[in-house]
Amino acid sequence: MVTATIQNLGHWTLSLFERMGRASIFFVRVLAAVPSTFTRPRLIIKEIYSIGVLSLTLIIVSGFFVGMVLGLQGYVTLVDFGAEESLGVVVAITLVRELGPVVTALLFAGRAGSALAAEIGLMKTTEQLSSMEMMAVDPIKRVIAPRFIGGIISMPLLTIIFTAVGILGGRFAGVGLLGVDEGSFWSQMQANVDLVDDVANGMIKGVVFAVVCVWIALYKGYEATPTAEGISLATTQTVVNSAFAVLGLDFILTALMFV
Amino acid sequence: MTTRFIEIMVGLFVVLGILALFMLAMKVSNLSGLTRSDSYEISAYFENVGGLKVRSPVTVAGVRVGQVTGIVYNSDRYEAQVSMRIGVMHDYFPIDTTASIYTAGLLGEQYVALEPGAEDDVLKTGDTIEFTQSALVLEEIIGKIVVKLTSG
Repeated sequence: MVTATIQNLGHWTLSLFERMGRASIFFVRVLAAVPSTFTRPRLIIKEIYSIGVLSLTLIIVSGFFVGMVLGLQGYVTLVDFGAEESLGVVVAITLVRELGPVVTALLFAGRAGSALAAEIGLMKTTEQLSSMEMMAVDPIKRVIAPRFIGGIISMPLLTIIFTAVGILGGRFAGVGLLGVDEGSFWSQMQANVDLVDDVANGMIKGVVFAVVCVWIALYKGYEATPTAEGISLATTQTVVNSAFAVLGLDFILTALMFV
Repeated sequence: MTTRFIEIMVGLFVVLGILALFMLAMKVSNLSGLTRSDSYEISAYFENVGGLKVRSPVTVAGVRVGQVTGIVYNSDRYEAQVSMRIGVMHDYFPIDTTASIYTAGLLGEQYVALEPGAEDDVLKTGDTIEFTQSALVLEEIIGKIVVKLTSG
């Protein structure tokens, strides 16, 4: 009984290391394939379209509503202290530092990450990847790397758009609906948001989350068991693991950047 | 779905991203702040700066003319040295100008308020404002009131 438990623990630990090792090797192989992919920008543009442009509607609508909710909730709290002029700061800091990168990453994992994993998993199941290898085409170079670059270009852009649209949403709720003074909304924001400390750090988060989300999605698809069940498992795991990774990393990055 | 359409959409996407970044830089943060070329720096010594922070506003008659660029403790004078950057279009401060630290609203942020004096000479880069009034520290005032109440 005890031996069995310890054996299970040992098995679990070893398989954890094995998965981490496989994921790292996969990451290095993708990185090695990145330079040669830049010689075929058409592939990358096509991926930016399907990963980035098609996620735009989701990102813009969500950003606007998240900003509006921040504006409403912030107003309700601030008005008790007679500090509703600070609404702009509250909305901007929250979006730029935290909600922009994190919510974009979570939406991205659900919208684009799952699609990537399913697509590559199906390619593997229908033996498209192995046929490429037969024809001496490296699937990492032809299939994985363009998606990797496309994702890493798209997601930081989506983060910026989400943040900007969110601030406009906060302005709509605060200034448009609740009657906060427009001048102090923007001027307090400008006085308290720093380009390097806040905006640039938020963008760094966006880039880090992009790498993590795209890596998880591509790896899960590439390593999927080639069955219908395997693809569904890979898709689910992509979203779940991305969410854990993003939220965990966000805590670490916030601790490093803002404390 | 032609290649042309995809490329146009990706181009629009990138333009949208750059516009959003531009908005974050110019409208949300204060990139459009004062640069070295269109401003001059003066400093003032305060006994207590309270909650004044770097980048706090510097105002004259309530109008923002510059910002605080540095706060350090000067061990020779046992006072805090506050450096301020003022826009060149506001270069008419007499040398007997007074600098005070006030609070915007009851709980608002603190700022430096300049009150022009009457001398003919004006402050230039590197000059120091001699007349200053420190920030009001709530605990000190409460302390004074308590002393007054108990002594009387």
